[in-house]
Amino acid sequence: MTNHSSPTAKEYINKYPPPYCLSNDAAKPCFVLSFKELLIMLDCGLSAHSVLNFLPLPPVPSTRLASLPNYTPPHLNDPLLEGELKECCGRVFVDSIPEFCPPLDKVVDFSQLDVILISNYTCMMALPFITEDTGFKGQVYATEPTLQIGRFYLEELAEWVSGGAGGAGAARRWKELLHVLPAPLALAARPRSWRRLFSAAALSRALARVRVVGYDERVDVYGALDATAVSSGFCLGSANWVLRSAHEKVAYVSGSSTLTTHPRPINQAALRGADVLVLAALTQTPAHNPDHMLGDLCVHATVTLRAGGSVLCPVYPSGVLYDLLECLSAHLDTAGLAGVPLYVVSPVADSSLAYSNILAEWVSVGKQARVYLPEEPFPHAALVRAGRLKHARSLHDDAFSADFRQPCVVFCGHPSLRFGAAVHLVELWASNPAHAIIFTEPDFPYLDALAPFQPLAMKAFHCPIDTSLNYSQANKLVRELRPRELALPEQYAAAPGGAAPRPHIAADVPTVLLRRGAARALGARRSMARATLSGALAARVAPRDVRAGLRAAPLQAALRVRDRRVSLDVAPPAAPGAPRAQAPRLDCSAPDVDALVHALGREGLPDARVERSSDGCIVHLPRHDTLVHVERHATHVFCQGDAAVRQALRRAIAACLPHV
Amino acid sequence: MPDIKITPLGAGQDVGRSCILLSMGGKNIMLDCGMHMGYNDERRFPDFSYIVPEGPITSQIDCVIISHFHLDHCGALPYMSEMVGYTGPIFMTHPTKAIAPILLEDMRKVAVERKGESNFFTSQMIKDCIKKVTAVTLHQSVMVDNELEIKAYYAGHVLGAAMFWIRVGSQSVVYTGDYNMTPDRHLGAAWIDKCRPDLLITESTYATTIRDSKRCRERDFLKKVHECVEKGGKVLIPVFALGRAQELCILLETYWERMNLKYPVYFALGLTEKANNYYKMFITWTNQKIRKTFVQRNMFDFKHIKPFDKSYIDNPGAMVVFATPGMLHAGLSLNIFKKWAPYEQNMVIMPGFCVQGTVGHKILNGAKKVEFENRQVVEVKMAVEYMSFSAHADAKGIMQLIQYCEPKNVLLVHGEAQKMEFLKDKIEKEFKINCYMPANGETCTINTPTKIPIDVSLRLLKAEAVRYNAQPPDPKRRRVVNGILCVRDNRLSLLDIDEMCDEIGINRHIIRFTSTVRFEDPGPSVKTAEKLKTLLSEKLEGWTITISEANISVESVLIKVEGEEDSTKNIYVSWTNQDEDLGSYILGLLQSMVQ
Repeated sequence: MTNHSSPTAKEYINKYPPPYCLSNDAAKPCFVLSFKELLIMLDCGLSAHSVLNFLPLPPVPSTRLASLPNYTPPHLNDPLLEGELKECCGRVFVDSIPEFCPPLDKVVDFSQLDVILISNYTCMMALPFITEDTGFKGQVYATEPTLQIGRFYLEELAEWVSGGAGGAGAARRWKELLHVLPAPLALAARPRSWRRLFSAAALSRALARVRVVGYDERVDVYGALDATAVSSGFCLGSANWVLRSAHEKVAYVSGSSTLTTHPRPINQAALRGADVLVLAALTQTPAHNPDHMLGDLCVHATVTLRAGGSVLCPVYPSGVLYDLLECLSAHLDTAGLAGVPLYVVSPVADSSLAYSNILAEWVSVGKQARVYLPEEPFPHAALVRAGRLKHARSLHDDAFSADFRQPCVVFCGHPSLRFGAAVHLVELWASNPAHAIIFTEPDFPYLDALAPFQPLAMKAFHCPIDTSLNYSQANKLVRELRPRELALPEQYAAAPGGAAPRPHIAADVPTVLLRRGAARALGARRSMARATLSGALAARVAPRDVRAGLRAAPLQAALRVRDRRVSLDVAPPAAPGAPRAQAPRLDCSAPDVDALVHALGREGLPDARVERSSDGCIVHLPRHDTLVHVERHATHVFCQGDAAVRQALRRAIAACLPHV
Repeated sequence: MPDIKITPLGAGQDVGRSCILLSMGGKNIMLDCGMHMGYNDERRFPDFSYIVPEGPITSQIDCVIISHFHLDHCGALPYMSEMVGYTGPIFMTHPTKAIAPILLEDMRKVAVERKGESNFFTSQMIKDCIKKVTAVTLHQSVMVDNELEIKAYYAGHVLGAAMFWIRVGSQSVVYTGDYNMTPDRHLGAAWIDKCRPDLLITESTYATTIRDSKRCRERDFLKKVHECVEKGGKVLIPVFALGRAQELCILLETYWERMNLKYPVYFALGLTEKANNYYKMFITWTNQKIRKTFVQRNMFDFKHIKPFDKSYIDNPGAMVVFATPGMLHAGLSLNIFKKWAPYEQNMVIMPGFCVQGTVGHKILNGAKKVEFENRQVVEVKMAVEYMSFSAHADAKGIMQLIQYCEPKNVLLVHGEAQKMEFLKDKIEKEFKINCYMPANGETCTINTPTKIPIDVSLRLLKAEAVRYNAQPPDPKRRRVVNGILCVRDNRLSLLDIDEMCDEIGINRHIIRFTSTVRFEDPGPSVKTAEKLKTLLSEKLEGWTITISEANISVESVLIKVEGEEDSTKNIYVSWTNQDEDLGSYILGLLQSMVQ
């Protein structure tokens, strides 16, 4: 057990067990749950929407970006603001290292967290903000692919944000002057809580804390509960978490998919019948069907390539990328474009492509069958061998630039178009209408992503592919899982009265809405703890029938608590001479007085005189100066100090009392 | 007392043909289903008629668990599932499921095509058998049915080797299969958590050996190979296609590279590439170092090691050849051996254990002449070296594993009787637990303590915890709870008395005893009460005593002092029936004080 010296937050939470919601981006969730006196963080998503307010960081200096005009708000002369803001096509950007919006840190003291459970690699990007330099002492659990691919995402992000040219230091002044700035900058949410990305050292320290678990592995959390990661079908290693004690079950469903793609399918059975179901990270593009989008993408790419243009897909280094490579290469083959090279540019491209092919135990059954042949589960290994697919750490790799041929398809990051190789390629191709950029990642609004590159001549297509549950799939899932209570971010509920209706989750179970920074009580209440009873002790008790189907007996047991596991065994005899508390006797009704008089006679206490009154009876034993006052709910014996007489009295009363 | 019963059908005081029957909590589990390499008759397979003399076997066995792909652990599986007719669940890890059919097919070819045996399983049977297998991942908890749960742990012995934890109700067993407690060039070390099983069934191949450091053995091996080829000799290394072969290849490859040697090294298998591909796909099962570097350099792409062709056998000059199978009992390795054995500049290095009856076993025991079925006699003049590279835990490793998982009993299998005796003694002395070593067909019964699940009222536990924590800390202090045991629908719960009354909807009838003691003590009654409290505090250690004015209470015992200032005091002592012990003790205390 961890020792919590500071009682503050924890005690408060114990009184009102909430899930805390620390993120305002429902697709990048971060909750804190108090369960069995443990503080459990579910996911730690990093909202990157804030970077859209910044100017792009080109990997090589860009004269266009450098020559953008400064912006000063009208009627304001603030020398501190000098050079912080630039204007491009009527929109204002901050010229600085981009900043991110980590989970709220004022609501829960991160040093008090016991466990962090991560559902998939898109929901762990804020981990270093939580675990490093915060006094965090708990455990972090994730599946092996989540850890590895999460590492790729984070390392790529860290390398790009730190490796960009330009970006004049840290602009700060503009945050004080929000009220005079134009939209959308003026509408930025809490920019003062935005943070620069963590250092590479903090990143590797944070990842070193992660303990790897497999699907369906029961992780014992401080002896208080079992946490199990079960497949969620969304991406390699993606998991939903089931928290279970002997009497309670909480299911956390985040980033799940019921579609058939490359990962292992979702395991719904494990989520059924939870006391509380927490639902997060539904699709960000409910209006777009991922299959149609994939088809559109192939068509747009083919048309562009046929016309001699090249295609840029700003993507993350894993995930849907694997499906894109598989589908697009097959589509180009049938379209007679088998000669078009495919490039993946990322500092982690080689690792990501190689790694995906050793995860045989985490892929769909179809892909798994290939491993038994033995062949790689993903076709991109064969594409690399055939020279069709090439990967490079960066655009200015010698080998890569020597080999670069157009028209081609380039997959590279970052999908926000604020840093990474994609920035340079958009700069390069923006003025040529033959080229096309196709957005597939759903995390950023594509027009906002393109804003600092306007005016743009190249074609832009929006084909978001988000395989997470959409609203109708989620509603169906909730109906099938039958939780006793449902908890979801407020964004997923029906629109408040008066507002335009929106797709939402509608369940016929009590539903708790979670709002950033706010806490709400959950329904799981405990009254019993699971223990084991030793055979020896069980053999000693002789339960009696209390009524049909229910038997009971007083029980005194030695209690042993080890690793929070409770066991009951035969109590050792009390030290001689010292008294000890006894197991309680449950007497169900008053003794029958006539029987009592009879019993007293048998015990050698004859001559009892009985006086009956309205509220009971008094049995008088004059020879022993003893009164037994029998009432409906109590029998009171007034006796002298003679222990022998008292024991006789006890036996007599016991003989005529129905009891357990 | 519930029992755990174990009957080895193979591997009882014996190496080869691992097959152990485990019964607990009404479930029957078969651990491994191996064949014996030393026999060509029906003794090759476990005696399934032991389980059920006639009729279907499926109803008698709840599941079969295969620990790894070696044939002495899985070789009889197609026989059991396709010829004996077992149709129940079979569990193994993903790499085992991928590799086992290849080795089975290899063996089938040797047995049927080379030796011309009939009544053996067919290729199709192997495929059908593997289709029925459920693959499991490490640490995944698999519910075979409502009561039977299994979980695999990393065993390190070969790619995909696993130890299995098996639980039925409150009883649990760990079966190790073959395991290795020291990491080697391509695999990690076996690991298990402190799962405290009722029984640990462990292999004991190297029960008496403490192997010297791995580096020394490797240096020794390289030196011997180098010396032999330098003199123009041929080195034969009989191996199994997957496992040790890859480790030795990595070893030779790096040595050849470093020493810039040019002597040819061959790996006699069309399978090599395929085998190495399996290692690539399942690289997550290899050791840390290989996993870390696989993106840059695949350890299983060999530069110096070339595929072997049969025509090379008679090539002149030095060479090193890896050939299958590993115990020289059939196939190519035996053919090469027959050719090379009569020349003393040649050498054979046996890198693993050889079961009785094989040629490997004979020459290791110093046989200078080997006779074959067709009366052919081969003289053995070549140097015969044994190097223990087979990745089993040695005595130290076995003791280490026992320490890791803290079993309540240990049972030894997969070893020789004499060596087992020695280890058994050692385990019993060092860990003070029982150790068993049944022979094949002998049943071993192990008693385990009963543990019945029960729900305890949190209110009861919290009240106890408050009482316990109020006292000065003392780890030896006994903790006791008192409550009412309640049995409903065969489920037990322990409730506090008020919860019980609520539960059954009755009002409790309380019995109270009151006695009076007279005490000469002038002064206000409050003073007298304080004196009494001091006395009680001395005598009643560990009890919470409260006082308000002239009333004292301990649990349900109430003490009340009454009387005028200068006169005799009446002390009323009152307690409920349940606290008779305490009440009469306090009353006795007061009575003796008065006198």
